[in-house]
Amino acid sequence: MSAVLRAQALGKKYKRRWALQHCDLEVPAGRVVGLVGPNGAGKSTLLNLASGMLTPTVGTIEVCGGRPAEGAEQLAKVGFVAQDTPTYASLSVADHLDFGRRLNPDWDDAVALDRIRRLGLDLTQRAGKLSGGQRAQLALTLGIAKRPELLILDEPVAALDPLARREFMQDLMEAVAEHGMSVVLSSHLVSDVERTCDYVIVLVDSRVRVAGDVDQLVGSHHRLTGPRRDPATLPAGRHVISASHTDRQTTLLVRTDIPVHDPSWTVTPLGLEDIVLAYMTSPAEAFRDTRPVLEVLR
Amino acid sequence: MIWLTWRQFRTQATVVYLAVALLAALLAVTGPQLAELYAATGDDLFGRITSADQTVYYLGLAIVLLIPAVTGMFWGAPLITRELEAGTYRLAWNQTVTRTRWLATKLTLTGVATMAAAALASLAVTWWSGPIDQAVNSGGTGADPFYPRIDPLVFGGRGIVPIGYAAFAFILGVTLGVLVRRTVPAMAATLAAFATVQIAMTLWVRPHLASSVDADLAFTEAKPVNIGIDTVREVDFGQPGAWVLSEQTVNASGQPATLPASLTDCPSMPDCTAALTRAGYQQQVTYQPAGNFWTLQWTETGLYLSLALALTGFCAWWIRRRLT
Repeated sequence: MSAVLRAQALGKKYKRRWALQHCDLEVPAGRVVGLVGPNGAGKSTLLNLASGMLTPTVGTIEVCGGRPAEGAEQLAKVGFVAQDTPTYASLSVADHLDFGRRLNPDWDDAVALDRIRRLGLDLTQRAGKLSGGQRAQLALTLGIAKRPELLILDEPVAALDPLARREFMQDLMEAVAEHGMSVVLSSHLVSDVERTCDYVIVLVDSRVRVAGDVDQLVGSHHRLTGPRRDPATLPAGRHVISASHTDRQTTLLVRTDIPVHDPSWTVTPLGLEDIVLAYMTSPAEAFRDTRPVLEVLR
Repeated sequence: MIWLTWRQFRTQATVVYLAVALLAALLAVTGPQLAELYAATGDDLFGRITSADQTVYYLGLAIVLLIPAVTGMFWGAPLITRELEAGTYRLAWNQTVTRTRWLATKLTLTGVATMAAAALASLAVTWWSGPIDQAVNSGGTGADPFYPRIDPLVFGGRGIVPIGYAAFAFILGVTLGVLVRRTVPAMAATLAAFATVQIAMTLWVRPHLASSVDADLAFTEAKPVNIGIDTVREVDFGQPGAWVLSEQTVNASGQPATLPASLTDCPSMPDCTAALTRAGYQQQVTYQPAGNFWTLQWTETGLYLSLALALTGFCAWWIRRRLT
């Protein structure tokens, strides 16, 4: 399967701080990718690099087989809904559709009008008077009706209440199913991603901690509970993500492709949220060598 | 892209063009009467001119002088900055339009609109003021409230220089806007920077844009108009349309000197003039003759347009390099 997003040794430095570094990614096409991580982890930087709003300091990034934002042809392939879903405050909803129609040769007017009608937006209303949720929906409509191969959304639901969040995500998923495009969306909430994404990238402290198919991640991570012991005594092929000990008991969160048969361990499956949180909270030293992780999961 | 530029620009464009249209209408109504009056009276025009005409003269001049500053502040500064402030550039840059085309369309359309507004206003005002400018240059009596068209006060409100000013002020506004990245401070900075450049241009550059004339004039051909305590401040040397850059009184050996003591008790201007002439004093005058008007106009316009082009290049480079 061809990669919709490929990054090699990608890094971005602002003045003296690295916002993103040592980023190697290969995201297959046709997926809904969730990019999660705490605030300030570099999610926006990665997505802005992918949309060509920023240029890399080091390394390369390739999106849909081309350099981001290089020429009109490349721009047509990628839709980007930026953070805070910017729209022109003084332009009406109809003006925005006109804007999309005139600035995009592949514009799908039927889809745009249908979405606006379903959302119950008034065509004559100015975008500045819309609620945060309606504005996000308008920005999403512009992104979808552009008919890109890849739609990138940077924290699209950050400003929305829980109900609007759910509706937005549902709506996005319907559109994805209908038009068969790849999606990369970021969120600092795992729950947003868990419901909708089938591929996840965890970004912490400007580095990619783990990236992979959600089913594979869930299938290869387990919680082991048993009598207290040193995690280093585990057999090869098991990577400890986090460990906690009480006086008599040890709880480990491990990644392994080999089934655990040791009867002294109680093995419990993990949800995506547990896995992501474990990667987010565990110290960076544990993942000094991130390449094998990606190798296994690719 | 043209549609978007127009859609974002139409309100501001309407306001300025409406003002220009009103001015043009006012001039079209009053202009023919003034031309007829000049045809009938010739150089006696100033004896018959009405105070209403004088008001229109200064109003038109003020509007032509103001258009570059106003369009630079209200069209130039917000053009890109407003998009940066509102974040909408992130929407615009992700349509199927390259940043280069986006910038080129915005700058070209709005820039041409700016220059056209200045050109229309200047054309109308230059035409209307034609009789007055001619009467001043041919030495019409009583021309006091009016200045020759080469004079710094009027020069910027005639001919083609307003087009150069407008192009420069516009792109100056755009550039300061992308540097400052906040609309209101950028507007203030545009006004300040534009005024500074205009003053510097008038004081230090324009006098050298065409070759000036140095003349040592005896007081028989240069009649003193204003005599100070120790120097003749102003002379009338028969070129009412000239722009005097500097003048000083020199003694018989050609050195700058204070006036002879005998002058303090001459009873009348002719007596004073006679006394100065007897003492061998002369007035040294450096001036741009009226005939240099169009040379100055073309050169200064070219200079401003070159500055505007250089700023355009810088602006494009900055947006492509620094904003990513």
